[in-house]
Amino acid sequence: MSSTTLPQPHTASVEKFDCRDAYSTVLESMAEIDARVCAVVNDSVSSTKLKNFSKRFPDRFVNVGIAEQNMVGVGAGLANGGMIPFVCGASCFLTARAMEQLKVDLGYSKSNVKICGMSSGMAYGQLGPTHHSIEDVAWTRIIPNLSVIVPADPVETSEAMRFAREHEGPVFLRISRMPVCAVHSKDHRFLLGKAPVLRHGNDVALLANGVMLSRALEAADRLSLAGVQARVLNMSSIKPMDETAVLDAARTTRGLVTAEEGLVAGGLGGAVAELLAIKCPARMRMLGVPGVFAPTGSAEFLLEHFGLTADGIYNAALELMAEGK
Amino acid sequence: MEAVPSSPQSEDVLSPTALRVLANRIRFSAMTMTNHSGLGHTGGDLSSADVLTTLYFSGALQIDPANPTWAQRDRFIMSKGHCSGAFYSTLAFRGFFPQEMLGSFMDPLSKLNGHPDRNKLPGVEANTGPLGHGLPIGVGAALAARMRKENWRVFVLVGDGELQEGSNWEAAMSAQHYGLDNLIVIVDRNRIQQGDFTENISRMEDLASRWRAFGFATVELDGHDHAMLLERFHSLPIEPGKPSCIIANTIKGKGVSFAENKPAWHHGVPTAEQLRAAAEELGIEVNS
Repeated sequence: MSSTTLPQPHTASVEKFDCRDAYSTVLESMAEIDARVCAVVNDSVSSTKLKNFSKRFPDRFVNVGIAEQNMVGVGAGLANGGMIPFVCGASCFLTARAMEQLKVDLGYSKSNVKICGMSSGMAYGQLGPTHHSIEDVAWTRIIPNLSVIVPADPVETSEAMRFAREHEGPVFLRISRMPVCAVHSKDHRFLLGKAPVLRHGNDVALLANGVMLSRALEAADRLSLAGVQARVLNMSSIKPMDETAVLDAARTTRGLVTAEEGLVAGGLGGAVAELLAIKCPARMRMLGVPGVFAPTGSAEFLLEHFGLTADGIYNAALELMAEGK
Repeated sequence: MEAVPSSPQSEDVLSPTALRVLANRIRFSAMTMTNHSGLGHTGGDLSSADVLTTLYFSGALQIDPANPTWAQRDRFIMSKGHCSGAFYSTLAFRGFFPQEMLGSFMDPLSKLNGHPDRNKLPGVEANTGPLGHGLPIGVGAALAARMRKENWRVFVLVGDGELQEGSNWEAAMSAQHYGLDNLIVIVDRNRIQQGDFTENISRMEDLASRWRAFGFATVELDGHDHAMLLERFHSLPIEPGKPSCIIANTIKGKGVSFAENKPAWHHGVPTAEQLRAAAEELGIEVNS
């Protein structure tokens, strides 16, 4: 992580950061203090930023080669033997290729394995849909016992990693490769099942996570200038979800905008809609990838392409306002 | 490192003759269970019973049923989890849970699922049933023992048809790469899978050469010969520095003439009349 001083709470920084630096730094620091912490990779030592870890802790670094089913099973076996494995690989392969292992070896078995899905979302934009990982949240969210976390910035990535080590049970951490703005101060603490309120407001609610959170904050700033007070919730903990915070937003605002770097179906938007449909039907706009394979282009281009921008969130919020109470 | 107790199961070390008698009791127990549930995998229960009995009742596995999560225990992973009748019977007979529980096999809300669940039953190390899961987990556990500088070992029983799942060979490559001589794979080579003989579905021979090519010290033996199994299980690894593979040549449906070597008995279940006939062949006295 850069040594640059992080900005004040809940204001997106100008400088951008690679969350993988935070994740690998924290993994090494946890391995220093906890002999149970180990890493499993599928050849991708550099893209998981674990070169340094492999040099410092060679006895606790397992490279299974290009073999994701084996990789997740090996994680479950390491946990059986009392270790705390962090299984790290490109999210597109790690989730899809090892889906039954995620279901059976981790979720159903309640194995104490931490899955780090790297380069998630559309980070590999130019490589095309084979390498996009826009389905990973939907796939992991439906597996019982598996917690799903989408951190927004380096501080939250570090905190989520620390949480994962202390938490007994399987966790999926979706870690971005796209440079992101910092939005949390150093004293931020991640809490599973909690959606921190980053901005208060009772006109509309903006629910975002990952790379979309700083864009939601920017949209809230612009809405404020337009006289609309937007509440911003950090939905890093997709599962379990902070039902209280979401239901409160539904009851006290004119509507909710969800924004995520992935498929809306089954993702954050889907999760919020499932809850509201039963407990508090509310107006929604769901921003994300709308059930298509994304075209080719840089990650930034693709976010623009699907309206996953501060502009897109701003306009969706104004639409909700125009619909009245 | 936690000290290894002298022998937590010393009172349960049986001779080959006693193992044979007990294996037949386990066979009959498994058939009673599949008769009760109307579902199950009788053929594989019968083919694997001698391997299971010898592992659990000859002192081959360092385990303590009174302390099933003892950190230094040997891990046994029943990768062919569909043969739960034989596996559950072995665990119950060994004292992991009361034998009376076997009567609830596949009943509503029973702890005895059709396939094992480690969170429901002591002695189950891994949730299996879908094939190709046990060996990767076994590789991970063997790596854990090494990372912790502990001496426990990992035994994985796989079916032969199961080896058609590619994850086994992914795991085999890792086992070779890391030289896991604390890992022992046992193949229940009964030559029949659900649909037909393995060689008619997807040819596996020369199976021993395949394992050797993947870096395993490999032996073949008669999977129903308790003396041979006992001797082999007490002289492991086969070769220091290499993972071990024991191909146990078995007969699907072993011990029950009408089920032997018949693909239909992969998941055939006995009628009450067939159960009585099986009891007689297995030398089991049934109270009428």
